[in-house]
Amino acid sequence: MSRRLPPVSGEWIDRDVVIDFHFEAEPVRGFAGDTVSSALWASGRNALGRSFKYHRPRGVLSMANHDVNVLLQDDEVPNVRGDVAPLRDGMQLVAVNTFGGVQHDRAKLLDRVSKLFPVGFYYKAFHTPRALFPFWERVFRRMTGLGTVDFSTPHIRTPKRYDFCDVLVIGAGPSGLSAALAAADAGARVVLVDENARIGGSLGYERQGVDAGLDLLRELADRAASHASISLRSGTLAAGYYADHWIPLVDTERITKMRARSVIVATGAFEQPAVFRNNDLPGVMLGSAAQRLIYRYAVQPLRNAIVLAANPDGYGAALDLLRAGARVAAIVDLRYEAEAGEAAAKVAQAGIPVHRGCGIHEVRGSASAVESAVVCPLAPNGELDLSRPLAIECDGVLMSVGYAPAAALLYQAGAAMRFDEAVQQFIPERLPEGVFAAGRVNGVYKLEDRLLDGRRAGNEAAKLLGLTAPVAFPVPRASASPSHPYPVFAHPAAKNFVDFDEDLQLKDFLDAAQEGFDNIELLKRYTTVGMGPSQGKHSNMNAIRVLARLLKRNPGDVGSTTARPFFHPVPMSHLAGRGFHPQRTTPMHERHRSDGAVFMQAGAWLRPEYYRQRGKRKAEIVREEAMAVRRSVGIIDVGTLGKMEISGPDAAAFLERFYTGRFASLKTGMTRYALMVDESGVIIDDGVVARLGEDRFYFTTTTTGSASVYREMTRRNAEWGMRVGIVNATGAYAAMNIAGPKSRDVLAGVTKLDLSEGVFPYLGVREADVAGVPARLMRVGFVGELGYEIHVPADGALDVWDALVQGGRVHGIRPFGVEAQRLLRLEKGHIIIGQDTDGLTSPFDAATEWAVKMDKAFFIGQRSLRILQRKPPKTRLVGFMLEAMPDHEAPKECHLVIRGGDIAGRVTSIAFSPALGRHVGLAFVGPELAVEGGSFTIRADGGRMVTARVARTPFYDPAGERQKPSVQQVAA
Amino acid sequence: MKLLRCPINGPRPVSEFQYAGEVRPMPDPDTCSDAQWSDYVFNRNGAPGVKREWWLHIASGIWFIAERDTLEDRVLRTYLYGEAPQP
Repeated sequence: MSRRLPPVSGEWIDRDVVIDFHFEAEPVRGFAGDTVSSALWASGRNALGRSFKYHRPRGVLSMANHDVNVLLQDDEVPNVRGDVAPLRDGMQLVAVNTFGGVQHDRAKLLDRVSKLFPVGFYYKAFHTPRALFPFWERVFRRMTGLGTVDFSTPHIRTPKRYDFCDVLVIGAGPSGLSAALAAADAGARVVLVDENARIGGSLGYERQGVDAGLDLLRELADRAASHASISLRSGTLAAGYYADHWIPLVDTERITKMRARSVIVATGAFEQPAVFRNNDLPGVMLGSAAQRLIYRYAVQPLRNAIVLAANPDGYGAALDLLRAGARVAAIVDLRYEAEAGEAAAKVAQAGIPVHRGCGIHEVRGSASAVESAVVCPLAPNGELDLSRPLAIECDGVLMSVGYAPAAALLYQAGAAMRFDEAVQQFIPERLPEGVFAAGRVNGVYKLEDRLLDGRRAGNEAAKLLGLTAPVAFPVPRASASPSHPYPVFAHPAAKNFVDFDEDLQLKDFLDAAQEGFDNIELLKRYTTVGMGPSQGKHSNMNAIRVLARLLKRNPGDVGSTTARPFFHPVPMSHLAGRGFHPQRTTPMHERHRSDGAVFMQAGAWLRPEYYRQRGKRKAEIVREEAMAVRRSVGIIDVGTLGKMEISGPDAAAFLERFYTGRFASLKTGMTRYALMVDESGVIIDDGVVARLGEDRFYFTTTTTGSASVYREMTRRNAEWGMRVGIVNATGAYAAMNIAGPKSRDVLAGVTKLDLSEGVFPYLGVREADVAGVPARLMRVGFVGELGYEIHVPADGALDVWDALVQGGRVHGIRPFGVEAQRLLRLEKGHIIIGQDTDGLTSPFDAATEWAVKMDKAFFIGQRSLRILQRKPPKTRLVGFMLEAMPDHEAPKECHLVIRGGDIAGRVTSIAFSPALGRHVGLAFVGPELAVEGGSFTIRADGGRMVTARVARTPFYDPAGERQKPSVQQVAA
Repeated sequence: MKLLRCPINGPRPVSEFQYAGEVRPMPDPDTCSDAQWSDYVFNRNGAPGVKREWWLHIASGIWFIAERDTLEDRVLRTYLYGEAPQP
């Protein structure tokens, strides 16, 4: 029983291209240009899907891209919308949310027992006994819900595109076309988008039985298509509005991020359903849905229809039905006054009976087909007079009772909307700069007025851009409201749906309001109205009207809920993007990898934690790496440190303002430890400053602090205006530290620089070639042995590393990782910023006051430190040692120091020192515990209390003799 | 995404910028009281209104001042530090 019509002028289908597909394992045939829904309806089927909660059969509701009655599983793609998805050859479609198929869904029993599941039942029922709730939850989730997600679906990423235009016009109906032409004629570069497969909007289907609109559409479309300044994009959805006219345009391929200089919203209006019993049976549909079926897809919507009307468009739809060869059993008009106008006259000529001042009480039918509708007079109080019912045979009802503006983008743009009583619609009262509304979304309904309103908006947008355009006059809004104020009818047996997505009936709203959820936002959350896949496009306006009537207020006072992106569902694959988190590696990275490095994250960098050895565990390896440094020589990649250069007459003065130490007195060729505090006196960074010349310094920062230190330095200098230039050379330079008693011997083999103690002393800095690469060498003592930090341009770094490792072979050189370095520095009592300090640690707390020169004229944080200096200290970082004990019994970092049952501090660093044969660590403790020779207790795992003895740091080589040995000592 | 006008590079998407707080003149550390200093260090005025703020154009390293109405979410003007145009 095919419903396909003979060719209709302007139809979107291509009858030469037949498409075969399967719906629930049955073969179906359609044409290119069909949507899934149009092809299925054309095939004579009624039940195309099952509803969300009660599993009721559903057919076609709107065909306007938000029709959620037909949601399908297309292989691994869930929730394909039948009224949007184009037909594809070989599709294997199944309706979602059924138990045994759309025809014989076993869950349809739920419809019979729906009284057991009133609105919000899951907030109250099934919560006791508590243990069973997870069971019930699983049941509900299985019974309600949408398609199935296939977790083995390949990860699809689609590229994004960026685009720019002067004027973006959204919606290519009569208003949008007219707006685009006006703006483009004034010289603007215009992009015109429409979510439908073809442009034209209502011009294509609101025909009143004739083709005048189609001729106008062809003329406008030709002009737009041939206009050099208009880019026409159909099948393109404007999915949201973001700040400063930033619109995601979604097509089948990708998202285009459009930056427009102004935006014209000509998105039209959504036709709204009436609310009466069984208004969801297949065959009950919007008037515009029937018109779309006829003129886009050449499908006869119904054979014998009743039209429920409250505006002239219902009469037009009746004429369109006649033209499609259908019978119109009656027009039921909710209004008392007679409809004037051309369409009404033609309806009268055709002999269609018109029942004025009447409504539909209920639709009757079998499982999934309408058999009749019961029509009753409408009493002055807005309720139906059930004493005089009239049953009229029909196979469906068209609803043409009103509209809601497609204003989501306007709301998102921040437009102030007001409810206009005359138009019975929310219309824009105040629009943000650069945003314009035209046509039905602006409350303008007559076709000729919409064309004018579009031109006005186009001209206004052009003027805003500084172009010359004709003066724009405001266009009158609809004089007679196209929307009925309350097309909602109660029924004792309910099943009068307000929200088709979520199966919400009129009484659910009354119940919710009675429970106290009588604010529109609360009502929405309690009932879930508008929270389904169509996001309230066919339900929000009726929900507002219902609540307004309950509260005896007007819809404008009730207001509407917040509209958020996206306007329509957008595939996840369109949204998925690449992760743009930088991952930095040093020039020696591949060498570390081939040497067996286990990497760890340090800020954006990857650093070797230690180097794997066959058959050995991490702790053992780390100790071996450390012992190599203590006994002979080791080498570590320290290229992740921040590396900066500062030069200029004020360079020394600038560093003195930034760091706590003194640098004006630093001699050229020497380095000095540098500590940085913030304005509150809290330690934020440290490093080494090397003076390369009178006006030139090279300095390091912590690995994670480099970007922020550099930024803050440049910001302060924008403020201070000192004569310096600062360069962040972190990426340009690599660095390595070769340390251990044999480090000098190894280095001497690859440089001509005189390394003797008298010429290149401890804390000195020199510039010389190392392995043929120009290098900066610093005598540093972080790990507590004779050592050289070698900084070289990144592209030569690997050669230097390889040369040092090659030269060190005879001494058993070992590359060592961050873990070994942490142990070595801990043996020296050197702090790590962020590990041994926190967001409150001052230099006094961290026992680093030696690096703070309070008598300087100024440095950042100095004033705060002056205040702190006068106050009694609260905490102090001290070194401690444990009695010899196995590793697993020792406390760990962040274990608490306990005194008298109270927290008195915490461990910041702890490790077994191979050099000392016991655990050493650093801890914050109260000043009363920070007494040399004293002891305190640490609560270790399992609550065991471990005694720690306060010990002076450095634990290892307290005099620092190993860092600056004479040549003889090293040789000995 | 919002646009912000860098005084050197012109309007750019706000993701290219970093915010660095209000411009807050530092009291003279040698003459101000402890209370004045603490107020400067710790207290921020979050009341909506027109703020003078530090912003960085990350890609080019340009620091500048933006006058921003945080109530209206609008940037009134941007300029390099010390180069405020006369209104």
